[in-house]
Amino acid sequence: MEALIKKRIKQVIKGDQDAFADIVEIYSNSIFQLGYRMLGNRHEAEDIAQEAFIRAYVNIKSFNQDLKFSTWLFRIATNLCIDRIRKKKPDYYLDAEVSGTDGLTMYSQLSSNSPLPENELESLELQESVQKEILKLPEKYRSVIVLKYMEELSLNEISEILDMPLGTVKTRIHRGREALRQQLRYV
Amino acid sequence: MKCNDEIVDLMHEYLDEEIDPTNEMILREHLKSCKECETLFNEFKKTIAVVKGTSRMQAPPDFTAKVMASLPKEKKKVGMQRWLRNHPLIAAASLFLVLMMGSVFSTWNQEREFSVSKQENLIVQNNTVIVPEGEVVKGDVIVRNGELKIEGEVQGDVTVINGEKYLASAGHVTGQIEEVNEVFDWIWYHMKKTAYDVIDIFNDSEK
Ligand SMILES: [Zn+2]
Repeated sequence: MEALIKKRIKQVIKGDQDAFADIVEIYSNSIFQLGYRMLGNRHEAEDIAQEAFIRAYVNIKSFNQDLKFSTWLFRIATNLCIDRIRKKKPDYYLDAEVSGTDGLTMYSQLSSNSPLPENELESLELQESVQKEILKLPEKYRSVIVLKYMEELSLNEISEILDMPLGTVKTRIHRGREALRQQLRYV
Repeated sequence: MKCNDEIVDLMHEYLDEEIDPTNEMILREHLKSCKECETLFNEFKKTIAVVKGTSRMQAPPDFTAKVMASLPKEKKKVGMQRWLRNHPLIAAASLFLVLMMGSVFSTWNQEREFSVSKQENLIVQNNTVIVPEGEVVKGDVIVRNGELKIEGEVQGDVTVINGEKYLASAGHVTGQIEEVNEVFDWIWYHMKKTAYDVIDIFNDSEK
């Protein structure tokens, strides 16, 4: 698939706009999903995904063809999501919540202790609460968690996408994981 | 939580799939003996499973079309080249119309006069050309602004431009019969002759 993408990129650079359609088609679901997980609604997700592809198209000449196209595309899309989140509302106070690892949050106190049966794992309700908890994460944790567990990208790719050291990515994943554990352990 | 952060760090190393065998041993040994850490570890694993288990999102079905429609217009050159490649005949037609319309029309007007290709055995009476019964006319017969009656045989193509052709039951034409009557037929007739040359020109220029 990388070969096809490379071929299409060359065509687009030559000026053949139609060749871009395959690129959009291949990545539309994952970029849309990134937008949805980061922003929490389909409308904004579509909006941001469209903008990501348009930006990729406009700036395609600046893309280094030796690199992985998906990394570059994810970087554009993630940055757009982060910008939008920052414009939307102030960060949540996750740090305070996570640092007190002993303290049970209200949410977990209210939840029952019984583990979730396997067949309910995919229930709509669960999906909704996962999405809700993801959205509660501050943007810096949210992006790494979404890229890692929903887009299933490697830590190295995430470090390239977010343009930050691997160590920082790991720290953020650890903290994001801890926050989610506190919220989701009894769901 | 009594256990030190080191064990939690090992859990994260494990979850990142970056733990080395020695540390994995230490972690496993500890989990066997410490209920609290075992619970914590299981909660982590469950959390990850739950997050990973969310269903894959699908972009709206018209997503690609919408993106393509919102892209800035491409440079004309390539769009033109692709269009020509995909529509060679129409391309040829357009080019023909643009470049040659004037000359075609003037040719059309000049050629209102009756004329006929010169062949043996053709009989011309006023504006009517006759291929007599029992006779053989060799070569392509072209009649402009007149009638053609074929009662004998034509060994070749027959073209009647702005006229009429009658093929008698005994008449026979070995080649193609073409009637060009209206001005657009006339253009079309010229176009087909030039279309393939034009396509070749475009193909060459693209290389
Ligand atoms: Zn322990």
